[in-house]
Amino acid sequence: MNVVLAKNETGRALSESFAVARDRLPGGGKVAEARNTAFEAYERVGLPHRRLEEWKYTDLRALMREVLPLAAAPDAAALKQAAAAVKLQAIKGARRLVLVDGVFAPKLSELEGLEKGLAVRTLRDVLETGDAALQTQLFTPDNANPMVALNSAMMTDGVVIEIANGVVLKQPLQVIHVASGATPAAMFTRSLLRLGKDTGATLVESYIAAEGAKAYQAHDSLIVAIGDNSRLDHVRLVEDGRDSFNISSTVITLGAHAHFNTFGMTSGAAVSRYQATIAFAGEGSRVETNGVNLLNGRQHADTTLFMDHAVPHCASREVFRAVVDDRGHSVFQGRIIVRPDAQKTDAKMMTRALLLSDDAEADNKPELEIFADDVTCGHGATTGALDESLLFYLRARGLSEKEAQALLIQAFVGEAIESIVNDDLRELAIAAAQRWLEARA
Amino acid sequence: MPLLEVKNLKVRVEDNEILHGLSLTVNPGEVHAIMGPNGSGKSTLSHVIAGKPGYEVTDGQILFRGEDLLEMEPDERAAKGVFLAFQYPVEIPGVATMTFLRTALNAQRKARGESEYSTPDFLKKVREVAKSLNIPQDMLRRGVNVGFSGGEKKRNEILQMALFEPAVCILDEMDSGLDIDALRIAADGVNALRSPDRAMVVITHYQRLLNYIVPDFVHVMSKGRVVKSGGKDLALELEASGYTQFEDAA
Repeated sequence: MNVVLAKNETGRALSESFAVARDRLPGGGKVAEARNTAFEAYERVGLPHRRLEEWKYTDLRALMREVLPLAAAPDAAALKQAAAAVKLQAIKGARRLVLVDGVFAPKLSELEGLEKGLAVRTLRDVLETGDAALQTQLFTPDNANPMVALNSAMMTDGVVIEIANGVVLKQPLQVIHVASGATPAAMFTRSLLRLGKDTGATLVESYIAAEGAKAYQAHDSLIVAIGDNSRLDHVRLVEDGRDSFNISSTVITLGAHAHFNTFGMTSGAAVSRYQATIAFAGEGSRVETNGVNLLNGRQHADTTLFMDHAVPHCASREVFRAVVDDRGHSVFQGRIIVRPDAQKTDAKMMTRALLLSDDAEADNKPELEIFADDVTCGHGATTGALDESLLFYLRARGLSEKEAQALLIQAFVGEAIESIVNDDLRELAIAAAQRWLEARA
Repeated sequence: MPLLEVKNLKVRVEDNEILHGLSLTVNPGEVHAIMGPNGSGKSTLSHVIAGKPGYEVTDGQILFRGEDLLEMEPDERAAKGVFLAFQYPVEIPGVATMTFLRTALNAQRKARGESEYSTPDFLKKVREVAKSLNIPQDMLRRGVNVGFSGGEKKRNEILQMALFEPAVCILDEMDSGLDIDALRIAADGVNALRSPDRAMVVITHYQRLLNYIVPDFVHVMSKGRVVKSGGKDLALELEASGYTQFEDAA
């Protein structure tokens, strides 16, 4: 009874908020209709709770309680704050695209001199003036997931990037989400990355807070389509403010002989959920996904991956590592489905958790559903503390307890960070891990 | 003042007393050998001096230059100049040897209020020492002790000893698992570090090592006590007669 009541309360508050926000949201006609449909889908469930199997470990109804009102467009002061925060994330040679409080910030972004075959538009622009096909693609994520539906209803801005056939980008694309958060609010962003055939690109997504940002909610989604014979390298770093929420959903589709290498690390936010669906639509493709959670205090981070092997001769590797201190809670849910046609699938998943305190928690939920008979699939999971004999060896050489722990934690996550191909991006990830370690010491 | 004084040390692990009142005095410049059969408490002594957790000192003292060593954390002991060369050096995958050496050296220097080494100075120093110990450069690029042979692991311990320049070196069963050539290289490394300011405590089961590292004093341990002390000839005597007589004496 309580659950129904709670749902109605949050639902009502939000539908008022949606009614108010609707006029500010870009896109009329079909777009507005699609928003309404999505919002109705969201309202039927409301904030997901632990009785929904997929949300068993991340009860947003308990953790988040309510969806905050839509953030106001950033003013000059907010942009100034954001500019300072963005500097810390600067990577040599990357093309920067910045969203402040959920709104594209042209002055902080680099839109000049785009490489040939690269097109960048804002989501707002595409929803207001884009063609119907592109708009339809922006609404492909499934409304069955309430947080995806909410994002579809409320998406305000983002970047829409298209890479023409045969183009291999030299410059990494860096999308930075900054919350200036003078007042607690929610931002809803959605981005789209379309790689044509025979292309290559590198995408970095960073989620950060400006100095003094208050509690906020970042609701983001990303749609990626990787064409035949194309490769996407992807790095995702969540360094949101420690009072904030980050709820992100990604849908990736790979064509034939495509390659997707992704690394994600969450060291920020109070509560975060990253849900990614990776679907193989063409034969001979490969996915490597590496993830790291670095958590302390009462941080909660959930990574939920769904690897959909629908066609033959594809390979996927999932390597996930969690370092959890204090009362932190790390969740990894990895579902692999091998559909009847997907013969010769090679899918592996490995998770390792390092618990640094007695109250730390790491939950692993592997789910393998295999409907083809000629496949190689496997998963493994370990959970443990830092090795006492290694700690003593380091301490006997002069390292303090914290220093010795830090070195061993670096080594533990380092193996995952090594999967990042680009040197500058690897450095960026190492620096983010370093910031977490230093804040801990 | 003695560098290291162990006075009437009693140590237990869970319900078993391993050391029953052990005393030992080590002065600067001296090399002491501690010999004894398996289970006599030799390694326990080395672990307690270095500060390994899991041992309960129920009585007695360990003084380092007159300071109470037992009150210090293991890293404080290292910074003061106590070095334990491990019998079984651990492998630490993912931590590059160079990173480890540099972090450790600078942590010790920082604790002593000394300036940290610059990268070029550090590299120069490591390369010099590595060369003298016949340690190839590619070994330094690997994870700490990862994939090292027994001999390489021991040489890596001596490399650290040379780098950290401790006042007291405890060598725990340095000869275990080494063939004669590896033993000679390791022993040469140790001998090069002998100095009037530095003392060494060489723990060994066999007399063989003492042909290469010649001690000033030999102590025989049995059942948690020093049962006999003497000069280097005592080791030869033991080689001839074995430990049995001392087991009876204890």
